[in-house]
Amino acid sequence: MNSAAKSKGEIAFHLLGIAAVSIALLALCALLIDIISSGYSKVSLDFITSYPSRRPANAGIAAALVGSLYLMLLTACFSLPLGVGAAVYLEEYATENKFSKLIELNIANLAGVPSIIYGILGLQLFVRYANLERSLLAGAFTMSLLILPIIIIASREAIRRVPDSIRQAAFALGATRWEMIRDQVIPAAFPGIMTGCILAFSRAIGETAPLITLGALTYIAFLPDGLLSPFGALPIQAFNWISRPQAAFHDNAAGAIIILLTVLLSMNIIAVVLRGRFQKKFAT
Amino acid sequence: MRHSVAHNLDIPMINTASSNKQSEQPQSQTSTPCIAVRDLNFYYGDTQALFDISLDIEAGLVTALIGPSGCGKSTFLRTINRMNDLIAGTRHEGEIVVSGHEIYGKKTDLVSLRKKVGMVFQRSNPFPKSIFENVAYGPKIHGTKNKSRLAEIVEKSLLRADLWHEVKDRLGDSALALSGGQQQRLCIARALAVDPEILLMDEPASALDPRSTAKIENLIAELRGDYTIVIVTHNMQQAGRVSDKTAFFCDGKLVEYGDTEAIFTKPQQQQTEDYIRGRFG
Repeated sequence: MNSAAKSKGEIAFHLLGIAAVSIALLALCALLIDIISSGYSKVSLDFITSYPSRRPANAGIAAALVGSLYLMLLTACFSLPLGVGAAVYLEEYATENKFSKLIELNIANLAGVPSIIYGILGLQLFVRYANLERSLLAGAFTMSLLILPIIIIASREAIRRVPDSIRQAAFALGATRWEMIRDQVIPAAFPGIMTGCILAFSRAIGETAPLITLGALTYIAFLPDGLLSPFGALPIQAFNWISRPQAAFHDNAAGAIIILLTVLLSMNIIAVVLRGRFQKKFAT
Repeated sequence: MRHSVAHNLDIPMINTASSNKQSEQPQSQTSTPCIAVRDLNFYYGDTQALFDISLDIEAGLVTALIGPSGCGKSTFLRTINRMNDLIAGTRHEGEIVVSGHEIYGKKTDLVSLRKKVGMVFQRSNPFPKSIFENVAYGPKIHGTKNKSRLAEIVEKSLLRADLWHEVKDRLGDSALALSGGQQQRLCIARALAVDPEILLMDEPASALDPRSTAKIENLIAELRGDYTIVIVTHNMQQAGRVSDKTAFFCDGKLVEYGDTEAIFTKPQQQQTEDYIRGRFG
């Protein structure tokens, strides 16, 4: 093997890799700089606590931000137990057969379905059939459906990473399957499950398409006051402002995006911290 | 070999630990066996792993299961607490009676069976929790809620497993921070905490260094008499050192079973002799 040629190829590949990373990072940086430079001046306590207005200077994101947070909270309440429950069933109870393989394949496919499809499903299922109107509840149900596959896949992976020897140890002590899962598997998998879930929630909080399909409000002068209350959400607010002709509204949109990114970044930081803990726990 | 001579004279190992043990004399040959196995056949799917095994394991003694890899000794061990049930597609014929109960019977409660028959695995497998939590888990799931009672059990079990003095100041630390040998003794303490009658050990020292191995062997000698111990081992010297009785398995069959001393000095079967002399396996 000609080592000079080999190292040449290696250098080329190395450079190619650096170029690929740089392009991705540069695009992200450009986006961030653009948004921060135009939205920076907008971000203030006033902006966060004000309701939408016809005058760009007075308009704020209070309703949208609270709507988004409520939506996430509700979505978490529905999708977390369902998703983790499904993952536990598939990993710990289901026997490997054609049926479980089919379910597995379906879940993997569902994770790749465009979000607008979920919006259409939610519109028909929750808004129309279940008569929930364009409510916070309908939104949360739709979002839950959207992120369920992601949560199931992430939780299954976390559960699978729990060494089998731990299950055997629990069984050998006389634990029932449920005790073994509750006391050993879920606690050991918990940080991994949480990491996956928070990443799923991060995706949900940025989703716009299904909420637009559902008919979430963009001009809303009150905070949601119940499960069946109409609601707004940050990405929709930003989308609405950016599509207005007045340039001043575009800065508002940038401001809303900065807030959204801040929420998202905080969620991701929590995920990273949890993952760090998980790895520490299983070290040695 | 020296130790096994002592066993043969039916003198229980001297209990060096000064703790409050009420060790009973190992029961004599005439007593009812603790584990009685009759015509046991065992299958993994279509593959038969055990053929017509019949043997009586006596209470209070240490019984070693030896034989080449894949001879079925671990499979046999795992039938006694029905851990093989966890593997899909396994089935058995014949019966195993543990303390008077047919364990594969319809009425068998796996929880109480496994409470009675503790197990220590080849690789130490502590829960990723504190030392205290590891030992307290068994009693907890079997209904002990009282905190001071749990602390008592944890202390007693760790003392019994000869680990207390090394960990008493850091019971809250992660069990995974312990050394390999300590982890294995922790697993023994964990098994003892539910107060079993029988202790199954699946090559408990095979992943340990000689020093830790010696500690485990001493521990087995100390536990002898209070518990019926069945130990699978690859290490012939170990079987000679720790056990009263030895069963030699080969190709899923029980070739020979008897006093350790007899098996090692004058085996009745050519196969046993070949194995013990190191001619195969």
